[in-house]
Amino acid sequence: MNIAICGGRLVDPAYHIDTVTDVFIAEGKIAGIGRPPSGFSIDQIIDARNQIVCPGLIDLCARLREPGLIHKATIASETGAAAAAGITTLVCPPDTDPVINEPSVVELISRLTKAAGKARVIALGALTHCLRGERLAEMAALKDVGCVGVSDGGHPVTNTLVLRRALEYAATFDLTVFLTPLDTWLRHGIAHEGQVATRMGLPAIPIAAETGAMARDLELIRDIGVRVHFGRLSCARSVELMARAQSEGLQVTADVAIHNLHLTDIDLAGFDSQCHVQPPLRGLVDRDALRNGLASGVVGAVCSDHQPHERDAKLAPFGDTEPGISGLETLLALSLRLVHDETLPLAVVLERLTCGPARILGLDSGHLRVGGIADICIFDPEARWKVKTDNLLSRGQNSPFLGWELRGQLTHTLFEGQLVYERGNMPVKKAINH
Amino acid sequence: MREAELLIEAMTVKLRYLLARRGISEPALVGVHTGGVWIAEQLRKRLDLTTPLCRLDVSFYRDDFSRIGVNPQICPSELPFDVDGRDLVLVDDVLHTGRTIRAALNELFDYGRPASVLLAVLVDRGGRELPIEANVSGSRLELPADSHIQLLGPEPLQLLIQNVSST
Amino acid sequence: MNADNIQIDYQGRLLHFLSLEGLNRRHLMEILDTAESLLGVAERRVKKLPTLHGKTVVNLFFEASTRTRTTFELAAKRLSADVLTLNIATSSAIKGESLLDTLRNIEAMQCDMFIVRHGQSGAAEFIARHVKPHIAVLNAGDGCHSHPTQAMLDVFTIHRHKPDFNNLQVAIVGDILYSRVARSLIQALNILGVTDIRVVAPRTLLPVAVNKLGVKVFHNPHDGLQNVDVIVMLRLQKERMEGALLPSKQEFFQCYGLTEERLALAKPDAIVMHPGPTNRGVEIDSRVADGPQSVILEQVTNGIAVRMAIMSITLGNHARPAVVDNL
Repeated sequence: MNIAICGGRLVDPAYHIDTVTDVFIAEGKIAGIGRPPSGFSIDQIIDARNQIVCPGLIDLCARLREPGLIHKATIASETGAAAAAGITTLVCPPDTDPVINEPSVVELISRLTKAAGKARVIALGALTHCLRGERLAEMAALKDVGCVGVSDGGHPVTNTLVLRRALEYAATFDLTVFLTPLDTWLRHGIAHEGQVATRMGLPAIPIAAETGAMARDLELIRDIGVRVHFGRLSCARSVELMARAQSEGLQVTADVAIHNLHLTDIDLAGFDSQCHVQPPLRGLVDRDALRNGLASGVVGAVCSDHQPHERDAKLAPFGDTEPGISGLETLLALSLRLVHDETLPLAVVLERLTCGPARILGLDSGHLRVGGIADICIFDPEARWKVKTDNLLSRGQNSPFLGWELRGQLTHTLFEGQLVYERGNMPVKKAINH
Repeated sequence: MREAELLIEAMTVKLRYLLARRGISEPALVGVHTGGVWIAEQLRKRLDLTTPLCRLDVSFYRDDFSRIGVNPQICPSELPFDVDGRDLVLVDDVLHTGRTIRAALNELFDYGRPASVLLAVLVDRGGRELPIEANVSGSRLELPADSHIQLLGPEPLQLLIQNVSST
Repeated sequence: MNADNIQIDYQGRLLHFLSLEGLNRRHLMEILDTAESLLGVAERRVKKLPTLHGKTVVNLFFEASTRTRTTFELAAKRLSADVLTLNIATSSAIKGESLLDTLRNIEAMQCDMFIVRHGQSGAAEFIARHVKPHIAVLNAGDGCHSHPTQAMLDVFTIHRHKPDFNNLQVAIVGDILYSRVARSLIQALNILGVTDIRVVAPRTLLPVAVNKLGVKVFHNPHDGLQNVDVIVMLRLQKERMEGALLPSKQEFFQCYGLTEERLALAKPDAIVMHPGPTNRGVEIDSRVADGPQSVILEQVTNGIAVRMAIMSITLGNHARPAVVDNL
């Protein structure tokens, strides 16, 4: 099907483009920008006037819960939510059940994703066998079936020798390693160590739980020369560490979860379990440093850290609830909030959502180029909408942003040239699933 | 005109006569918080009694807890002697429905078993909802149900009668 | 989004008693005054008031406790309530059932008040947010967060000995890090206008930013106990040694234990308090615990009156329709 996106403001940070123009799509690819290729016959016109047209978003961390926890969500439900959020590529950490240890799990995910046909899912392989931090995973085999990287899947490797060898082995096969900077012994808390946790009597996670682990990992990386991505930084000192390592020439990158750019530990008031996340919401100074790190590029991507849960998972006293936020569908609008409150320019925000993460993944995507794959996100930057459970497509409705009024709403998503979401023209209310 | 004083004087005369007739020589006066305590104090002086003055706050015994909760200006009850075998005179300012006296009697019996209890009130305004009558009253008044009568004190004691519907 | 204080209604009346957070001097004085009038009940022939006759109070204990549970039970019984105690910590029947399921089941038994003890901070507030509106919830200790009735009985005991809160020096000694008692007591003393509150502990037993709670921090009892009017010793759990917070009980006693010599640093009429149960020879010397300045047993007695007061105030406020009285 040939599609023409007409009259939109095309913003493509990869090529520093910000102009009103038309985009033409044929056979899943971008056939033309500005003018159609010769002989182009239009099957469908998308009127994009007063809207922004940008590359489809790339989310570096989204738990889809399948295989393993399908009572929480499925690949079909979550890629559907991703389409409604303008996200065309999702990176899935290996902590599924079974763990992404072997090619068959990657193939299963790939099959389910293709069947849904709403977005691309990139599975990260396990760094160690079953993420236990004891033996190496079969990284070469995982690379063969399409894993661009391997990850600790949120279970940091305690044994420094095992980690060193895992990094060396991954470097052998030119795999990017995705690490969670968290010290095994300091991690046993549920809130940022500070005044709020002290007053609320919540077990605290110190800053050093993150920076200590990161410092150790950086020293290993320095010796080995491996590409490493640190997922979900939460504090100012981590941004400093990252900046120093990058200036010293280490091949390290980092991302931040969108909620850490908007919420702080003060939001835990009333023991709101929707704000129970890992790493924890930290102080205002940390939030601002993360925003600055994102602006400077030290933090190269912003992700949803999507963790959908069933209702019961959050219905308990704070410490008994499961951490995580269902974040896909608020990722774009919350990112645009940084633009609206003049924290970051639009081009920078979109860069961190598109070609920034693509570069971290080593993918030739996240941009709009004639001949490139047509993954496109179209949104109305001014439209206001209220986050409500009945306008979220994800199975997980666990969000601290419920009730927030956000500015900037997705209207169309094209995935490989196919219109996979169009606001108002799609079933908005999903089937009852619990 | 010290109306309250006159009523207390009337109570004193009646109570002295009643106590003499019953052969009670050392009664203990128990004032119901707050107005009853003020009157009991006056009576104790006028009757020249040596027994200590007692005070009852019936808040925890009221039958309307489930409608109005606990009175925030609560005050401890004080019965500084053994109640067993005592002749008590319960003193209150206004006798109306009888529910306060019911609560006071219940509270008294949680302290022990008195030999007798008399009831002395400044004003009996009728309107009883329980089978309770005063042995001694300073005055009887027939007031409409929506009027409000209140004793102000302790110095000077003053009776205030208001017609609620007119305010 | 949940930041509103659910324990008070829009008229500022206490509906639940979950923590000292957001309460003012008037709330605390009402509790202290009511407790004062209830203290005499224990000395009467019939140690019972009819106030909560016909009400059902449920002790929901998700964490083992003897002392707190029994004083709550006794307080409820002295107010003529029917009391049901569920030790869910030891009850195998409820294993696997979620907290909300447990709650709904007990709610279905037509109860009027839940007294909750739970190992997680915020559990009592969670329950208060999810119970039916006619039920009052009292926090009998949640995680390391709050133990407000204990704090109230502590300030009640202090008030009876030292009526002027404004010119008071109070030292709290020991395991502040894990102590819900300490957190609540510090808040209560702050609300009542005590300006010199001290915490005395090694750094391992102090949470970060503890000074932001409105206390002065001391690591040495010699400085911390100097000239104080009240010493509150906290119980030291033996788990603290396993968690590498302290080397041994002996060393803790050497450095922080309340001995007669250390007590002599305080004002001559200083009182010694302890939430109990005491570890003699760990945080407190027997001679001090049993000495003339100790008010530890008085705290237990006062605890019943204070809990009776809180029960009758909160249930009373539930009973009373929230309308402006025009009389």
